[in-house]
Amino acid sequence: MMYQGLFRKPKNALEIRDGEMEAGQPYIADDAYVKCPKCRKMLYAADVRDNLEVCPECGHHFPVAARRRIELLVDPQSFQEMFSPGAGNGEGREKRAAEAIEAARNPIGFPGYEEKLSAARQKSGEQEGVLCGLARIGGLPTCIFVMNMDFMMGSMGTAIGEAITQLFEFAAEKRLPVVGYTVSGGARMQEGILSLMQMAKVSGAVKRHSDEGLLYAVVLTDPTTGGVTASFAMQGDVILAEPGALIGFAGPRVIEQTILQKLPEGFQRAELLLKKGFIDDIVHRRKQRTYLINLLGLHSDQIQI
Amino acid sequence: MTEAVEYRAYRRVEEARAKGRPTGRDYIDNLISNFTEFHGDRRFGDDAAVVSGIGRLRNMPITVIATDKGRTTKEKVAHNFGSPHPEGYRKALRQMKLAEKFHRPVLCIVDTAGAYPGIGAEERGQAQAIAENLMAMMSLKTPVISLFIGEGGSGGALALAVADRVFMMENAVYSVISPEGCASILWKDAKKMKEAAECLKLTAQDLMALGVAERVISEPENFREETRQAKQVYYRLEDLLYEEFQWLRKKSEEELLAQRYERFRKFGRPDSEQRADCQAGQ
Repeated sequence: MMYQGLFRKPKNALEIRDGEMEAGQPYIADDAYVKCPKCRKMLYAADVRDNLEVCPECGHHFPVAARRRIELLVDPQSFQEMFSPGAGNGEGREKRAAEAIEAARNPIGFPGYEEKLSAARQKSGEQEGVLCGLARIGGLPTCIFVMNMDFMMGSMGTAIGEAITQLFEFAAEKRLPVVGYTVSGGARMQEGILSLMQMAKVSGAVKRHSDEGLLYAVVLTDPTTGGVTASFAMQGDVILAEPGALIGFAGPRVIEQTILQKLPEGFQRAELLLKKGFIDDIVHRRKQRTYLINLLGLHSDQIQI
Repeated sequence: MTEAVEYRAYRRVEEARAKGRPTGRDYIDNLISNFTEFHGDRRFGDDAAVVSGIGRLRNMPITVIATDKGRTTKEKVAHNFGSPHPEGYRKALRQMKLAEKFHRPVLCIVDTAGAYPGIGAEERGQAQAIAENLMAMMSLKTPVISLFIGEGGSGGALALAVADRVFMMENAVYSVISPEGCASILWKDAKKMKEAAECLKLTAQDLMALGVAERVISEPENFREETRQAKQVYYRLEDLLYEEFQWLRKKSEEELLAQRYERFRKFGRPDSEQRADCQAGQ
């Protein structure tokens, strides 16, 4: 009679727990294990965490929240958040950036957008989809921005465009390099045409920074698509990518629906982009810090005039 | 509220896509004399979705870059329905650089559902081509006006619209995503495109209010090629464009570029009034 009651709906959560205990299974927290989407092995979550959020078995790069990525990359305690919406308590520019969140709350009055923003804030614990600021990498001062996939799929609206623009303007003024990490589903459609305008706006700031003879290095992470790829993700002096990252203009589903064919294996992946000549290199997460220290070092003569 | 009023935005979308509406090529034929077409991006090929060349607007030499959807079915296929590949954007950029060299202003005529989402387009760097145009146009040392005549589809349209002025035909639209795409992503139902069109603020009037466009050019009812009213529209456009280019050409390079930067810089700046500040005004 072991199947008795199997299809009966449990009355409450306690009852489910009881059932498990009786069956002799120990209680395991939901987040203690993760399954690698690539090699499909069950991994102990702490092992993945200790391995820079990379699968210890097959090297699959798990997504990383922006704040954690900065922690993994820059010199300890060196990150000073600026311009990103949420850096809010400072004066001047920082304060203006914080005000940008309010201004950008719902610029075209898109129905349901405020609720989506609140939900994203709760889920990610961040105010918006990007963190910007000043940090040191191997002792070298650099401006940095890191996008956050947890926040509405990393979609770019006015607040993100404004923060990144301010960062580039600040970097140009202070003669500092910029290191950026992108992850994005594209422009944020809830802000309509104003999101699209951010592509041109940031491009203008990147160009001015570039004309000052300063370095902009960008690391594309999984996935980087749409308006972000078609602007500042592809405008770096040096463009790097994480292994296996999906990088493209149109999303794979849109392409399949347009051409009515299945896409080949590995299409729009970092490895193919490298082969086609659109990125400079693929750098494993473990080697990114060393890579950037070397890169920044090679360009630092210009910085300290 | 009647249905007609409720979905006024989508009616514009339908009109922007309507059969028989003048194409990019029609505008070139009617506005530009001595038009000489130039082909190819000098990298990979020639993209027929983008028509480019030089000619005269009245007496003024000018570079014209137009996305062209084609008139007949055969033409439409040849022009890939006006959706450019990277070669198209690179051809456009090559023409813009030539315009800069020879101090010609640039007129971009935009009518595209968007940059083409295909295998070849991705492999040859659709995103990179657009990104390069955005950056280069931000510092192009010659006046640029973009005229939207039908659909303005997202990044594929913006790559020809980092301009000093954006003029919209009355029934042209310009949006970050198509109403169908927006509805299918947000509400998992592409049939809700009418509601989506309303929300996206994509009509010429909306864009004017947001400061994305400087001028709306009124159209006759049922604006089609080869009608007497169409001719009148072209005469008016010729005047407007000529005057605006003359005005822009008076500016120094520094002033022109500073104002172009500011034109885009203002979108999303917390303390800015999101309104146009140009002489094109009313």
